Amino acid sequence: MLRRALQLGLGRGLLGRGLLGRGLGTHRGGSTLDQNGKVSEIKKKIQSVLPGGAWNPPYDTSYLPPEHSDVVIVGGGVIGLSVAYWLKRLEKPRGAIRVLVVERDHTYSQASTALSVGGIRQQFSVPENIQLSLFSVEFLRNINEYLAVVDDPPLDIQFNPSGYLLLASEKGAAVMESNVKVQRQEGAKVCLMSPEQLRNKFPWINTEGVALASYGMEYEGWFDPWCLLQGLRRKVQSMGVLFCHGEVTRFVSSSSHTETTSGEEVTLKRIHEVHVKIDRSLEYQPVECALVINAAGAWSGQIAELAGVGKGPPGTLQGTKLPVERRKRYVYLWHCPQGPGLETPFIVDASGAYFRREGLGNNYLGGCSPTEEEEPDPGNLEVDHDFFQDKVWPPLAQRVPAFETLKVRSAWAGYYDYNTFDQNGVVGPHPLVVNMYFATGFSGHGLQQAPAVGRAVAEMVLDGHFQTINLSPFHFSRFYLGEKVQEHNII
Amino acid sequence: MAAPRAPLHLVMPVWNRGTRGIRGLSRAVALEGSQKKGRSLLQFLADRFYDVQALREYLLQKQVLKVHQKNRPFTYIKERFGPHAAGAYFILKQGGAVKFQGKEWIRSDAHGHFSLDFLKFQAVPVEAVDASGCAINYQGLDSLLALKELQSLWLQRCPHVDDWCLGRLHPLANSLQELSLAGCPRISERGLASLHHLRNLRRLDISDLPAVSNPGLTRILVEEMLPSCQVLGADWAQGLPSGPEEQSQDRASPIPA
Repeated sequence: MLRRALQLGLGRGLLGRGLLGRGLGTHRGGSTLDQNGKVSEIKKKIQSVLPGGAWNPPYDTSYLPPEHSDVVIVGGGVIGLSVAYWLKRLEKPRGAIRVLVVERDHTYSQASTALSVGGIRQQFSVPENIQLSLFSVEFLRNINEYLAVVDDPPLDIQFNPSGYLLLASEKGAAVMESNVKVQRQEGAKVCLMSPEQLRNKFPWINTEGVALASYGMEYEGWFDPWCLLQGLRRKVQSMGVLFCHGEVTRFVSSSSHTETTSGEEVTLKRIHEVHVKIDRSLEYQPVECALVINAAGAWSGQIAELAGVGKGPPGTLQGTKLPVERRKRYVYLWHCPQGPGLETPFIVDASGAYFRREGLGNNYLGGCSPTEEEEPDPGNLEVDHDFFQDKVWPPLAQRVPAFETLKVRSAWAGYYDYNTFDQNGVVGPHPLVVNMYFATGFSGHGLQQAPAVGRAVAEMVLDGHFQTINLSPFHFSRFYLGEKVQEHNII
Repeated sequence: MAAPRAPLHLVMPVWNRGTRGIRGLSRAVALEGSQKKGRSLLQFLADRFYDVQALREYLLQKQVLKVHQKNRPFTYIKERFGPHAAGAYFILKQGGAVKFQGKEWIRSDAHGHFSLDFLKFQAVPVEAVDASGCAINYQGLDSLLALKELQSLWLQRCPHVDDWCLGRLHPLANSLQELSLAGCPRISERGLASLHHLRNLRRLDISDLPAVSNPGLTRILVEEMLPSCQVLGADWAQGLPSGPEEQSQDRASPIPA
């Protein structure tokens, strides 16, 4: 069926705003027009069918994505929007690249971004993670310079500069010291505290079992991820990125066989079309594209399988799947009237339980990462309240005695795009599916690295290599080669 | 009978539409007389939407650059005369006032001129800074944070001082005793939470902060956070419902108190 979206509607930015599209659309309600109007309608339709005029399909196709797009970004969360923003910002000349963001759920009801606790820290052990986080926090500080849209109000991401406090037991103290050394080298402002200094600063902490604590003094804290998401969305729409409310169901690709220098046969795949199925309908639109960016978060593994990543004998590069899966994590909100005050940082206990202050009313948000054996079933987002009673409350009550009396107000669950290999992100192209780029697998710290990862992927796409932060350790091939980029502390 | 003539009239405008795009469409609508002049100016601007947008973005960028220029670091003065002189020069250039230890307040006059005598003070530390109303921002704080013996800092009504800047004040914790943030439009309770590093603070003024959501409660929490500091600012009863009127209304209701 010959179906093209409004051809004029695909013009550069101009009709991304829907000016002309809306204008022509209003002429569709034919029953209210008079005789002259009806005749002009028929005239227009005949003109559009005859060659030489613009093709206007006789029915509304504005919900369909365009038939051609240079870059298709699968996933409209903070990572996908960040990649779209930086692609549009770094492209030369302006308007050179057509970007389409495909998001299955415009309410973001299950998106990790919206359900995130919103923390940002530089206390990592891998230097690239620290650099990503440092750039992202500078982006957030200058967010109104980066994401300013004419005539729209400035963004307020409600950043709390309260810092992160990581506690370590005897076993972890040496690791913490070496981590802090790396962090300071990269430029993060972190100080080490002994248990006595900790008691002086935060008298409500019980320092039994704590050998060392590292406290981020600047540029760490938490913020409102929904505001960042909406700010990115608004800016990206004003820059001319197209959005589509649909789901990617198929990739149509072609293969070519070549030989490596050592004589082995290698099959390289290239994706030509992305089939985008419209929500609540059987209709789909094949979008011809040059590049696909997999930023689908917790569902990236499924998208990679659709593209043929991992279809091959296990142990080979063709057979290496993308090891990103959905993992469910719980967050609980409780009220404790005698709890710690305004100065409470984001505290991460040595046992893995964490909490932070929320607002001014003695409310706190917190949770804990379950061990491998206790992983909950990620099929739904139901909350298990027994998990709080058994696994979250005891270590927190031991650490902060005031938490022995508390009342849970509410709880929710969200997904981690958990990288089962080494819990760090996957960034860069796939070695065999040459035009699929990954930006996923951040296992709980994607939000705090999103602006920097977006810039890195845009540099990779536009220049072919990383220019500012070198993320080559995060390449896909490490899954095949077995080189883990292990982070020593994740929440 | 309009019908037979209608096709002739319609062919011309449609042809025009095809060749002239948006402009043809809008001119096909008949414009009534009186507002023609105003309409044509608006039309002119609307036709050049992206040019107008680019102009507005340029003007906005210029304003932002102006603030950046005001907050540039004076590295030459810092290397030649020391961090205290550089900090004092920075504040005086912005239109504030500086007090060196044992000397009088130095202020710039209405035209922004000030005497450069303070450059002769060798290693005399700056004791107090009055940066009220200055366009100091996150970058500009670099110059202030080098003043290791600063005791009193007044940042009243500074339009660009926000929560991020407050998170940066911790290097002054050893010496800072007085801090005034009255009237800063961008400071909220989240930035005030990072003031707990300033252990030697004795006077803190947090009155008139429009971005703080609950001034009375914030003041109580800040007082608890800094026990040895006197906090001036919002009245703690602000925002609470007034007492006696509520009680008389309760007596009137049928529900027993």
